[in-house]
Amino acid sequence: MMDTTGTLFLPPGQSTIAPEVDSLFNFILYAGTIFFMVVVGLMIYFVIKYRRRGADEVTPDIAHNTKLEIIWTVVPTLLVMVVFYWGFHIYLKMHVPPKDAFEVKVTGQKWFWSFDYPGGGNGVNELVVPAGKPVKLLLSSKDVIHSFYVPDFRIKMDVLPNRYTVTWFDAPNPGVYNLFCSEYCGTSHSKMIGTVKVLGEREFAAWQESSSNAGAGMTPETYGEQLYTARACATCHKVDGSQSTGPSWKGIYGHPVKLADGSQVTVDENYIRESVLVPGAKVVAGYQNVMPTYQGILNSKQIDALVAYIKSLK
Amino acid sequence: MQSPTVANYLNSPTGWKSWLFTLDHKRIGIMYLAAIMTFFAVGGVLALIIRLQLLSPHGTLVSANTYNQLFTLHGAIMIFLFIIPSIPASLGNFVLPQMLGAKDVAFPRLNLASWYVYVFGSLFALYSIVAGAVDTGWTFYTPYSTTTNTSVVSMTLGVFILGFSSIFTGLNFIVTIHKLRLPGMTWFDMPLFVWGLYATAIIQVLATPVLGITLVLLILERTMGIGIFDPAMGGDPVLYQHFFWFYSHPAVYIMILPGMAIISELVAAFTHKKIFGYKAIAFSSLAIAFISFLVWGHHMFTSGQSELAAMMFSFLTFLVAIPSGIKVFNWVATMYKGRISLETPMLYTLSFLFLFSIGGLTGIFLGALGVDVHLHSTYFIVAHFHYVMMGGTVMAFLGGLHYWWPKMFGKMYSEFWGRIATILVFIGFNVTFFTQFILGAKGMPRRYYNYLDQYQPLHAFSSYGSWILGLGFLIMFIYLIHSLFKGKKAPGNPWGALTLEWTNSSPPPTENFETTPVLTHGPYAYDTVVADRG
Repeated sequence: MMDTTGTLFLPPGQSTIAPEVDSLFNFILYAGTIFFMVVVGLMIYFVIKYRRRGADEVTPDIAHNTKLEIIWTVVPTLLVMVVFYWGFHIYLKMHVPPKDAFEVKVTGQKWFWSFDYPGGGNGVNELVVPAGKPVKLLLSSKDVIHSFYVPDFRIKMDVLPNRYTVTWFDAPNPGVYNLFCSEYCGTSHSKMIGTVKVLGEREFAAWQESSSNAGAGMTPETYGEQLYTARACATCHKVDGSQSTGPSWKGIYGHPVKLADGSQVTVDENYIRESVLVPGAKVVAGYQNVMPTYQGILNSKQIDALVAYIKSLK
Repeated sequence: MQSPTVANYLNSPTGWKSWLFTLDHKRIGIMYLAAIMTFFAVGGVLALIIRLQLLSPHGTLVSANTYNQLFTLHGAIMIFLFIIPSIPASLGNFVLPQMLGAKDVAFPRLNLASWYVYVFGSLFALYSIVAGAVDTGWTFYTPYSTTTNTSVVSMTLGVFILGFSSIFTGLNFIVTIHKLRLPGMTWFDMPLFVWGLYATAIIQVLATPVLGITLVLLILERTMGIGIFDPAMGGDPVLYQHFFWFYSHPAVYIMILPGMAIISELVAAFTHKKIFGYKAIAFSSLAIAFISFLVWGHHMFTSGQSELAAMMFSFLTFLVAIPSGIKVFNWVATMYKGRISLETPMLYTLSFLFLFSIGGLTGIFLGALGVDVHLHSTYFIVAHFHYVMMGGTVMAFLGGLHYWWPKMFGKMYSEFWGRIATILVFIGFNVTFFTQFILGAKGMPRRYYNYLDQYQPLHAFSSYGSWILGLGFLIMFIYLIHSLFKGKKAPGNPWGALTLEWTNSSPPPTENFETTPVLTHGPYAYDTVVADRG
């Protein structure tokens, strides 16, 4: 049975590998606790029993006990060998994705995740997958090292700039699970958080349908507002006038801003478009040139929607 | 104050020059002690600020960039400026020649040079704080460290220089132990503290150059773009991790072996009993030193390294756990039928056994491949290494500091406040860090400035613990400094211990011994000898 409530230590297990990881975790926990109780129990017992009372005297010469020493060498060695083999066995399973897996390309960059699906669709910070089917992830980074971590699935894999890494999972229960970046990657490392949305068969098919005509039936402003969070603009840009890693969007449209090189530019459609696709071209004074390009992540319809959204923020 | 009639190493010769140009290993040890305690305090204050920021999930006590600099500096200061030099360079320097019945280390000038190199390297590290700090984490992982605009170069240059001081100390100890033992003292007549420092010194001399080379490559990468770690030029950022951990895993044992070495002394002295399994403890130190070179890949189980490599590293990691376990069993067995007294150093020893056992056992979770994947880079790791480094090494260091304090300064500290502080430190430590095991297992990643609301209660609890811990250390600093001025005069051998340093007066004369000592019994001959306390 899958443990979906979690224990004192572990969060709910929501992938097929999770119960195996948890079994080993609990085995080490219980065996370790017994060892700890014996060692610390004896220590406390000896402290009480052999407490120094009165002046110093000679104490017995007990410097060896071959039988005892063999036991406390061999027993732990055997136990850790069991743990070693058990752990390796699970690790291999984690590293060999089934052949028929649903494959998603995952890209990490400062400071968001983007996902490319087999049908050509893409998404940011929300990985949508079918329930009860193996999902293979092909991971790579556009800048520094990140790490793809879903605690409820017990999987983690570093995301490197110079090669692909692979991991996989099979999540039987529909739901929304946290996705963390677990390799330190700079200022907004702790905001590089997304979700994995596991959908039942019918919902997943519906999602695939709707993702191909996203934004339909919405005004550009509403679509832009949706993209603002869905495409992780919100990680660095606020819309209430306060500073963050990047400048706030509130009331910037149509107004001049000072750039890092001292010149000035008016925020118009072209400036916004350029800043999305070539973020380093004109950096606002007081901010660092850290934004990644959205080339290939946002299409022109989506950029139009964002422009409309920024216009609406007065 | 010292009685003016008795000459000892503290009062003769006099004048500041006699300290700055001293070749006396005891004075150099004291100078190291002053420096590392200062950095311990600085690193501790940084930790308190970090815990304060983490009190609430959306805390804004400091900015995200400042937070990233704080945990980097906390780690770098505690590791490179405090723990690595702590026991060998301060207590080791002070005690080791006395334990061997020697007048000094083999190369007194090299010893003084190591202190100056240490200070020089520390200044570089401090300069990088002033010049824009560093935000890479103490591990300086590429390509982040080659692209961030903080002063990585001066910090790594500082660490590079500090490496030399570590090598100097290690080299000095190896030669001293080989050549300057009292005539008649065989290797198995040496106190186990010396064995531990010997194993440490081997790692210091063999592993530190690799860190030096790695950091030079990092500096060249940043300043000249040589491309060894840069994927755009055909380099590999994961190569950096291999280089870094090839040093830094053995470095973990540079940190813990001297701690274990102290515990062997304290267990024997405060149970007044011959140490159980002398040779097992001595050889397990060497075994640890050797295997420690072959386990670095266990820091990289999720880095995409091959399954075969992961398997080998996991296997060797479990092997290195065994000698550490054996030591713990030996220490506990030593207590059987002893005469155990619970002064402050013994309280630290018991804390060590309790905390280091947890630190060691939680290492089993991390060595197990399938479980490590879940726990890697979470607070579980943070808790694990604090249990080993702080619960282990720092407790041992403080135990040793309290044990040899009367010998070093000729003053007794307040036993009452000593016990109070130890108990506060023990409780505060567990509240702070045991909580982090649960946080980590629940999935809380490390190095997060803000975090999800679900982790708030545990984070807050951990922060409360840090205040208890801070209070314990504050009390300790106060009574130790107070004892220097107002402490009762310490006798030559307040604990009734049997190693050679307790046969001279407190503080010892400049030449360590009035007359060349004669070895009449082994270091732990509590079965035949009762030394006078006083």
